[in-house]
Amino acid sequence: MTELFVLVEHRQGEIRDVTFEMLTKGRELSERTNTDLTAVLLGHNVKDFAKKLGEYAKRVLVVDDARLENFNSEAYQEVLAHLITQRKPTLTLIGHTAFGVDLAPSLATQLNLPLATDCIDLDFEGKRLDVVRQVYGGKVNVKARLRESMSYVVTIRPATFEVQEIEPLGGEIVEIKSPLVEDIKYKRFIEYVQPAVGEVDIASAEVVVGVGRGIKDEENMPIVRELADALGGVLGCSRPIVDKEWLPKDRQVGTSGKTVKPKLYIGVGISGAFQHVTGMKNSDLIIAINKDPKAPIFRVADYGVVDDLFKVVPVLKSKIKEAREE
Amino acid sequence: MDIVVCVKHVPETAEVEIAVDKSGKSIVTEDLVFDINEWDDYALEEAVLLKEKLGGSVTAVTIGSEDAEGTLRKCLARGADKAIRLTDKAFEGSDGYAIAKILHRAIKDLPFDLILTGAQAGDDGYAQVGVVLAELLGIPHATMVKKVEPVEGLVKINRELEGGLEETVEVELPTLLTIQTGINEPRYVSIMGIRKARAKEINVLGLEDLQLGENEVGESGSWMTVERMFIPPAEKEAEILGGSPDEVTLKIVEILRARGLI
Repeated sequence: MTELFVLVEHRQGEIRDVTFEMLTKGRELSERTNTDLTAVLLGHNVKDFAKKLGEYAKRVLVVDDARLENFNSEAYQEVLAHLITQRKPTLTLIGHTAFGVDLAPSLATQLNLPLATDCIDLDFEGKRLDVVRQVYGGKVNVKARLRESMSYVVTIRPATFEVQEIEPLGGEIVEIKSPLVEDIKYKRFIEYVQPAVGEVDIASAEVVVGVGRGIKDEENMPIVRELADALGGVLGCSRPIVDKEWLPKDRQVGTSGKTVKPKLYIGVGISGAFQHVTGMKNSDLIIAINKDPKAPIFRVADYGVVDDLFKVVPVLKSKIKEAREE
Repeated sequence: MDIVVCVKHVPETAEVEIAVDKSGKSIVTEDLVFDINEWDDYALEEAVLLKEKLGGSVTAVTIGSEDAEGTLRKCLARGADKAIRLTDKAFEGSDGYAIAKILHRAIKDLPFDLILTGAQAGDDGYAQVGVVLAELLGIPHATMVKKVEPVEGLVKINRELEGGLEETVEVELPTLLTIQTGINEPRYVSIMGIRKARAKEINVLGLEDLQLGENEVGESGSWMTVERMFIPPAEKEAEILGGSPDEVTLKIVEILRARGLI
């Protein structure tokens, strides 16, 4: 039977969540389109992974090669191009992650297969594939249609599809001889660089005040710092604040930073791009202050204030201080 | 080191409310301010820093109407030596793939050791143009780059992964790198720079100059066509607290108190 591929993403001995999210969505699609759901596992000494993945897929293709021990887009592309050409899956799902964005566009170009990146939904209509993706930092959705093809490549936004507990599928494990013949020519993985350990661990704080682009100037940072202090919490932030070095990297909340789950998260001047939201949406209580009423942060917040943060935050700080002193 | 930087002129939308236009396929841009794509701003700065260190040249390339010259002038003012604008009615409706094909034709015969692009664009967010371009040119690539260190014949780079982790990778030159924000501190444009930039010429090329067929670009040359744009439906909507700053903050204090947070 024709297959639907899900590329397994793993790093430092762990299968990454996006893999199971894609397998969940892939299972639904494969059942509807009458295809076999196949997990594609490239790595070295990954037998344990294969067993686990067999619970979620009809088949696990394993290519074991020392050159695949760490992710390398050059090696991955060569192996995947081989597998796709040989087995002609209707669709290959790849995570829209640091690994996926390094791989999917060149793979699709090499094979001349239509590609859609960073998708939050997809569905076949006959042989046509429709996708939904977000533009303008999550403020607008786009429904788009791919050029008709026998095979497609789609990258899936992490944390989009919820993993469902299912009856294990008992997928067969199929070992495939590595098609790599030569050494990898152009690109070499050297090492992982661990993030520096900071003074404050925002991931263990009970109250986090997150500050974003809306704060505008480094001189304004005390406004939010004082709010965090008044609440006995810590200051976190979205990406632009770290890029400008107004706060160190270990204060960043989001996919490339930390995931926080405090009792209270107050987002100040943060529009709420998915990279940030992924890192804070499971907080117990979320309050957002932003002047754009359509800001995506209001889609995850419990309470929202649509106003100028410079008018609201100083008053909020004073009121909280008073309340705590009572 | 000869460097080509691909830049895009995009609307700034982080802090404004945006609306879908009548066609249902794009947004209303009339009241929006356009500028260089944020990621490309860092890519340009990285190119200029490398040129200052190693010598060579920086060429900025963009695709867009005359308005996009604002972004090219900015690049010239900040240290780019040359600028190329690619424009044609036939380019309209191009997806990331068609855009990469257009860039490929313009860049393939230029001298370069390194091509830099932003890791993604703030408008359509494909994160694919650079990597497709590299594949079309037959050169290696690395994405989401946070550090570039040229060593004999190659670059040693750090890529940003998830959760604060990075990886160090070596890539042979010539190569294409997509640059992540925060890699450097983009400089301000100096008055001198603006004056110098004014004197520099922007080379404008169209479909025929690039020897591209009409069906290779635009919607017909794309992998993907937009069917419709819409404001995302809210699964959950925040309860908006209305009133003056005094009133809303009082409401917040009550909520926090009820939950035992203060």
